[in-house]
Order: sequence, then structure tokens, then C-alpha cells
Amino acid sequence: MSRSPETLLAGALALMISAGGGVAEPLGLGRAALPEEIAAWDVAVLPDGTGLRPGSGDVATGEEVFAEQCAACHGEFAEGIDSWPALAGGIDSLTDPRPVKTVGSYWPHLSTVWDYVHRSMPFGGAQTLSVDDTYAITAYILYSNGLVEDDFVLSDANFLEVVLPNHAGFVVDDREATEYPLFRAEPCMSDCRWPATVTKRAVDLNVTPEDPDGRPAGTIPAITLAAAGGAAAPEAAAAEPAAPAGPDPALVAAGEAAFKKCAACHKVGEGAKDGTGPALNAMVGAPAGAVEGFRYSKPLLEAAAAGLVWDEASLDAFLENPKGFMKGTKMAFAGLKKPEERAAIIAYLQSLGP
Amino acid sequence: MTDTPTTTRRGFIRAGIAAGGALAAAGTAAGTAARAGTPDPLITEVQDWASGFGDPVDATPYGMPIEFESHVVRRNVEWLTESPVSSINFTPIHALEGTITPQGCAFERHHSGAIELAKPDYRLMVNGLVDRPLVFTFEDLLRFPRHITTAFCECAANGGMEWGGAQLEGCQFTQGMIHNMEYTGVRLRDILAEAGVQAAGKWVYAEGADASSNGRSIPLEKALDDVMVALFANGEALRKEHGYPVRLVVPGWEGNMWVKWLRRVAVYDQAVESREETSKYTDLMADGTARKWTWVMDAKSVITSPSPQVPIRHGRGPLVISGLAWSGLGRIVRVDVSRDGGASWESARISGEALPKALTRFHLDIDWDGSEMLLQSRAIDETGYVQPNKDALRAIRGVNNVYHNNAIQTWWVKPDGEVENVEIA
Repeated sequence: MSRSPETLLAGALALMISAGGGVAEPLGLGRAALPEEIAAWDVAVLPDGTGLRPGSGDVATGEEVFAEQCAACHGEFAEGIDSWPALAGGIDSLTDPRPVKTVGSYWPHLSTVWDYVHRSMPFGGAQTLSVDDTYAITAYILYSNGLVEDDFVLSDANFLEVVLPNHAGFVVDDREATEYPLFRAEPCMSDCRWPATVTKRAVDLNVTPEDPDGRPAGTIPAITLAAAGGAAAPEAAAAEPAAPAGPDPALVAAGEAAFKKCAACHKVGEGAKDGTGPALNAMVGAPAGAVEGFRYSKPLLEAAAAGLVWDEASLDAFLENPKGFMKGTKMAFAGLKKPEERAAIIAYLQSLGP
Repeated sequence: MTDTPTTTRRGFIRAGIAAGGALAAAGTAAGTAARAGTPDPLITEVQDWASGFGDPVDATPYGMPIEFESHVVRRNVEWLTESPVSSINFTPIHALEGTITPQGCAFERHHSGAIELAKPDYRLMVNGLVDRPLVFTFEDLLRFPRHITTAFCECAANGGMEWGGAQLEGCQFTQGMIHNMEYTGVRLRDILAEAGVQAAGKWVYAEGADASSNGRSIPLEKALDDVMVALFANGEALRKEHGYPVRLVVPGWEGNMWVKWLRRVAVYDQAVESREETSKYTDLMADGTARKWTWVMDAKSVITSPSPQVPIRHGRGPLVISGLAWSGLGRIVRVDVSRDGGASWESARISGEALPKALTRFHLDIDWDGSEMLLQSRAIDETGYVQPNKDALRAIRGVNNVYHNNAIQTWWVKPDGEVENVEIA
């Protein structure tokens, strides 16, 4: 491998800024990256449009794709459901006590939207959106923010014409000028202030996770009490009721762990409410679409009307490939490839009472 | 929880009597009672463990902490995030000593879950403004010159919940988005030299193999300085949740840039301005503008013991105040401790070596008279930067900054030894 002048320049720079550190001679490690490989992995889109793929999408198509792929978390109007990110609104809210940072109110570059949607969305199904659908979703997000009309078509040709409202809202880190001189003064050691009084207490907010005894979670046990806690353990075990017949407890436990992938959208247990997805208590063996009040997708309601029951077989097929099993489902989840993981989750769902 | 301390304290005294003279030195009522008690059966009677066998070797081919330490775990705050696969948890810094964080309890931040990526499936691509776009396997990385560096990794949002006021009880939750490990790996500059950075290259963009990709732009100058492509942490392979098999180590800079499951390093003439460096990890100021590229983690410290999760249970007398200090700009040279909310200060001991851009342990040994304390610590680094108080930061940044809260922490230690997270005026 020959060394180009540029390499030498970079090497010289490295030498300058690393006193004592040696500059590496190329070792001949690695192999050439093929154009196809670079095209597959270098999908970044930069503010000046570098990396943008040819294509286009309109607001109306974007609305459809958004409803199917994005609205479960971001809301039909990109307003954000629960604490999922709002993508629209919040314009002029950045000085409010509760600023709303959206594409319209905060993001400086449209390239960031395209890049992130194309590379990492939808959540749980990244890299499944086509180039044109990405343009369409981006156009719809602009429309949701009132930045374009409903007949707008976004493409690689007009992409750089779109300037987001907060484009000029960012300054490069200036702490060196605005903070460091203030904070590099010689610190006071005595008589530095009036006697202090407590003005705010975290306990008043009461939002810290707690141990069963009401102390902050993870509090170090008193050394002498730790032994007493150990002695009490067998008692608790004895108090456990005889296990009822049902799914294999080990499988249920594995399912409970795996269910964390679902828990963002589906709540379970006593008092579970519908979230982005319906609550899932006692759902194995129940007819599909049976959770009252939940707004199911049209295809799911049609399947339910046709008699779909969530038994082990149908659940397994749905969990393996949600969109394959039911085209148009609101469940944006990509699916569980491992059969044992699906079996565990189904066992866990079976273990849940009404 | 207001009645808990009484109960606990009573239980503690009873247990103290049973356990014998361990507390005699404290000079408290409990200590006095214990001193007057009967001989300690743990000493006078032969215990099982002093007579029979313990576990054979290989009982645990890879050991876990003993069951009595089961409270020392990462914990999360569920209401913070919508999904546990795009979330964060907290290092139990209140329960750790020294400076190295074990991988198994070091905080996790994932943007789309911790992925399972085997070494045979691992590829690292270097492309962009380079002479030779290259692909490396894990085996290739093992053949580069190897280096060791110890560095803290702190999430930019560490303490972010405390901007508006004291909110969470315990330094695990208020300062626990941090860990400190000894990494072994390859200098990024050696890998870049292999590809040959072109003169137009000004930025390096690093991204991960997970669904979030979590791409971040790093100026070339930093990339050629001390950034490491790490293969090992604390002597063993990186744990899955820390980016197995390869993560980026960016000493002194915010944790979000320490890309895990590193799959691509690209050289560009500009910053990518990815989602993680525009919509997130930018610092909103009171006037509605936002700072971007706020990479450096400024000097900070916290007293880890006593703290809300580590109440003082031994009464008055000798008390070890223990804490951590760190700076993204270099070494910690001094840590001061105040017992009166900042009216007066005394310098603590730096225990062990103060490495640049790494956690530094400080201790202050005092004779506690049992009176109330408003405990604070402030770190001073080699650039002369003195950790500010929260009001000083708020005066500049407002309360919606979210990130880079390196303010002085106040613990209210009460005469019964219980500790609260408070703000003072």
C-alpha cells in the first residue's frame, strides 16, 4: 500500500497533537470495502444533501404510511402519544416553562429527519422503509407542522429548498467564553455565605423508586439487619401457595423477561390500561379485538368479525411476523424470529389472569 | 417513610446488642449497651464455616457477587422513558468504592436495546474521505497495536432530572449515569491511518450496528487524539450491554458519543448533524437558543457516602465521607467538602491516583458530633475549573437545559443519620 500525500498530512497532524505517541505506519490490515457494501452501510444524509437518494413522496402518501408505520407512537397528527416524541407543534415554545421540541419547533436540518426515519424508524422495524416512503413521511411531518401545503411533493430535487424554522437557533458550544472564566476563580474557603436553609426536598416530590420498606431503592441494609433478613427468607417461601396447574413456570419466567420488548405498548396485570396497544390480560383463548374501548385497526376488526381467536397457533404466527399475518395491523413491531421466545411470551400471557 | 427510621433504629440497637462489641467505639447508647453485654457467640462458639468446608473450586466457573450484596445493582426510574429498550438505568455508585466500575453494574443506555453481535459476525467499515475504504474483522482489530486507557463515561443527561429542584433520593439516581473502566483496544488514529484520511476530511462519524445506529460526529482532531476503539473493559471482553464486541471510547466527552457495537467510521468534511446531535444532546438555553456540540463533561463531584441510600447508622464519632470526582478536561487536583451548605470548606484527601478524564476517589475522615450537616463537595480540575453550584449554572442556562448539569450536590444529614437530597438558599 502506498502512502498518499494526504495520509502523510493526517499522520503529521496526529504527530503534532500527540506528544510522545508514535504515528502508525499502515499495517496492511483489513480489506477493501466494496462499492455495494459501502452503499449498504453508508446511508447517512448530511445537511448539504450529501447521501440523499433519488426519489420523491407526497403529503397524501405520507399520511397513509405515517398512519400505518408511525402513528402508534407519534400519533396520527405527529402530536406524540404519552411520552413518545411529538414531531409536530411546539412552535415558539422554546422559552416556555415546558418547551415542546419538535421537527417544526426545534430541529435545525431536514436532512436529520430523512436520515433518521430511513435509518432507524419505525421503532422495532428499522431499515424497512423504502426511499420514496421516507420522502413521503418527511413530507407529511412538514405538513403536520404547517410548513407545506397538502399538495406538497418532497424529492431529492427540492429537498434543500426546505429550511426548518429553527435552523438558526443553535450556537456552537461557548462554555469556554461564557462559563469557564466565571468558574475558574479561586474558590472561597470560609465565611463564604450566610447560613443555608433547606428550600426544596426531593422527598416532597416522592418520585424515587422505593424498596419494600419505603426507603430509596438500593439503600444499603444495616449490617446487623442483613442477617435477620436472610433468616426470614424460608418463611416467605413456605407461605407461597401450591402452584396451580398451568404453563411451565420456567417458560413463564422467560416470557416475562422477553415481554419487556412488548411492554412499551402493552400493559398487563391488575388494573392494566390500554396504551399504544391494548392491555393483554387473559387474552390467550379469547376472541381477537375483544378489549373494550381500544381502537383496533380495520383489518383486525374484520378478522375478529370472521371469528379469529387468539389461540397458541394464531398468536405464534402473529408474533413471528405481525404485518405478514395481518396486513394493516397497528402493531409496528417487527416480530420475534426465535420460536422459543414466542412460546415463552405466549406462556407468560397464558399465566395472566383477567 | 417518616416512621421508618425509628423502627430501623430500634431494630439496629437490638441487633447491636446481640452482635456484641462491634459498635463500642462509636460511643453511642447502642455501643455502651453492647459493651456491657454478654460475650459474642460469633466469637465464643465454633461456627459452621470455621469447621466444615466451603464451596469447592469451580462451584461458579464465572463468579457473581455473594448473595448478601444483591442490593448492589443497576436500577432504573420507570417513569423516565416510554420503552425499556430505549431507556437508561443507573450505576449503584452509593454502594461502590475505589474508582473502577464493574461492568455488571455499570449503567446502561440503549436506544433500541442491547444487541447480540458475535465476533464472527462483526465488521467495521471505514469509508468517506479516505484513500482506501476498508473493512475490518474482529481478528483484524486484534492485530493492531494495543493500548490501555482508563476513562469515565458519563451520560450528558446525568443529573438532568435535578435542574428544576431536588427530585430523586440517592446519588445512584442523581449522579449514577456514570461508570469508569479500564479499556484495552486500538487507537482510532491507527485505524484511520490504515485507510488514509484525505485533506478535506474534518469530521469522523461513528455509528453502531444496532437499529438506532446512534451516529455521532466527532471532530477529526479529537479522533486523532485520544479516541479508542475498545475491545476489552476491566480486563475482560466488553459485556453485551456495553457494546460487545467493540465500542468507541471518547475520553472526557459525553457518553452518547461512545458508540456501542461500532460498525462504521466515516470521514466527512462536515458534521452529519444526526438526530443524536440536533434534536437530542443539544442544550436549550433560557433565551430559546440551544448550544450544540457540547461534548466536554465539565468537572463534577458527589459524596457517595453518606447519601440518601447510605444513612449513617453508627451514631456520632469517626465518620468516613467518601465521594467521586471527575473532569472531562483533565485531572482532578483537589476536592473540597463543606458540612454547612457551602459557608466553609475543607480539602479532602485524594485516595489513589488521580488519572486524567477518569473517576477519582476522595475521602474525608471526620469526627461527627451528631449534629445536622448540609454536606457538599466541589471538584477542582487541573485547568482551575471549580465545580459551580446549581444557582450559578441556572443563572446562565435556565432550567430547561436538560444536559450537562455538573452542579454541586447538597445532602441534608440529620441527627439520626438519615440523609435527604435537598436544595438550599
